[in-house]
Amino acid sequence: MAGQARIRIEGLTKYYGDKLVIDGVDMSVAAHEVVCLIGASGSGKSTLLRCINRLVDWDHGTITLDGVSVEDPAFGRTGLQKRIGIVFQSYNLFPHMTVLDNITLAPRKVHRIPRAEAEETARGLLASVGLGDFARAYPEQLSGGQQQRVAIVRALATRPDVLLLDEVTAALDPELIGEVLGIIRGLKDDGLTMVIVTHEMGFARDVADRVCFLEGGRILEEAHPARLFTTPENPRTAQFLERIIASGRL
Amino acid sequence: MPLPPRRRRAEWRAALVPALISLASIVVVFGALAWFVTSAEQWPRIRHQFFNIEAMQASFPRVLAGFWVSMRVWLTALVCIAIWALVLAVLRSLRAPVFAPFRLMVVIYIDFFRGVPVLLLVLLFGFGVPALALPGLPNSALFWGSVAMVLSYSAYVAEIYRSGIDAVHEGQRAAAKALGLSEWQTMIHAILPQALRNVAPALMNIVVALQKDVALLSVLGVRDAVREAQIYTATTFNYSSLLVAAGLFLLATIPMARLADYVTRRDRERRLQRAG
Ligand SMILES: Nc1ncnc2c1ncn2[C@@H]1O[C@H](COP(=O)(O)OP(=O)(O)OP(=O)(O)O)[C@@H](O)[C@H]1O
Ligand SMILES: [Mg+2]
Repeated sequence: MAGQARIRIEGLTKYYGDKLVIDGVDMSVAAHEVVCLIGASGSGKSTLLRCINRLVDWDHGTITLDGVSVEDPAFGRTGLQKRIGIVFQSYNLFPHMTVLDNITLAPRKVHRIPRAEAEETARGLLASVGLGDFARAYPEQLSGGQQQRVAIVRALATRPDVLLLDEVTAALDPELIGEVLGIIRGLKDDGLTMVIVTHEMGFARDVADRVCFLEGGRILEEAHPARLFTTPENPRTAQFLERIIASGRL
Repeated sequence: MPLPPRRRRAEWRAALVPALISLASIVVVFGALAWFVTSAEQWPRIRHQFFNIEAMQASFPRVLAGFWVSMRVWLTALVCIAIWALVLAVLRSLRAPVFAPFRLMVVIYIDFFRGVPVLLLVLLFGFGVPALALPGLPNSALFWGSVAMVLSYSAYVAEIYRSGIDAVHEGQRAAAKALGLSEWQTMIHAILPQALRNVAPALMNIVVALQKDVALLSVLGVRDAVREAQIYTATTFNYSSLLVAAGLFLLATIPMARLADYVTRRDRERRLQRAG
């Protein structure tokens, strides 16, 4: 496995002020692998995810993409963002742009792809998530689930190798969650490498090749979902899962 | 088959009665006021001094020409303020460490120009700078007085822009950064369009305020509406020309104020819609 890790995180440590948020995390993600991060609120899941595409800086440790440090100048200013996409809980679409402009902004302005080509790609992707008719709509005209699907397409528009997803269904009404999770399952079937932060344990069990349980900025346990969800080894994991079961989310 | 709208007529009548009542009430109240004022002992003198039709007619062409100067200054200053204030606000909002000296300069600029009365700046620039006779630059009081207005107003407008920039949700920056946009591209494509929409109502009020404040330039001897009216007053000892100038300003500012109200209302509706 060691040679073919797509993402490798070693000794990652991050402070917010004096507060230790990521505490020496080691983790790797193989190509085509789907890894889910679970854990209580404040355990550092989002922060860990945002380190991978350098949305936040860290204090110690290294992160590599296909063996090259993500901080390597060879990526230039935009090379890393082209290869790692991210989707946020609150969609963060640009409200003053149409769906099509949201999706083609980065390809056109950052990666200098001609408009016609960028739009063709975008329309293809939109059709693949069932939003072919919404290219000219504005985000506020769409439902939450539709907006999140657009956000996923926007992140995929540069054909990244890795997709990071941060609680992408947490802001959605229950009846809209399925349509978004369906898209993500499809991406897994296409072989996309993904790191997914989620509170949807059923989904994690279903889609993940590996689940990591975080607490206090450390990975306390990682295993195949079938193992981790049924026979957790760490008592903290067991406790967390019991609380989840008690609240009816597993 | 849907029934014909039978209630229309009743509605029309229901709306008519209150309208008639308000009209009658307005006529009574304003009529009483007019009667009270015009029956006062001093009224003939007041009318002669302030509402003298001949004096108004005589001064009108000159005051109108001056008013045209005022409006040209207003429009030119408006464009300059909109651009210069935007430059200031963007410089102040850039977060990269290399921009630190620019941020500091903008902070000092804004503190200075917001802290000094506009009138003082107009006098300082309008009389002071032409006295230097700088080579290659215009020497007119009108030009430098307008520069003072632009510098001063830009400090306020820059702060308005900045409040709009700060109000854009942090997630928008995160999304832009994650897509690989530079800080500059983020500002241009993601932040500014939303920020400008946020502050449109506040900006409209500044536009109206400036429309009146251009009259400050008259202290420099610039022959604007106020100055022309004053000249007439000085030669005839009749103040009706000033009321002509006031009327012209009202003619210009009232529609602008209504437009400002409209923009504000539409903005509030847009926000309510988004929240709902
Ligand atoms: N910008 C920030 N400034 C200061 N502290 C922060 C910041 N962002 C996160 N933190 C802190 O870092 C810790 C980890 O936050 P993080 O958002 O990574 O947790 P999380 O596991 O994603 O939680 P949640 O499930 O609520 O999203 C928390 O204690 C949080 O308060
Ligand atoms: Mg989080």
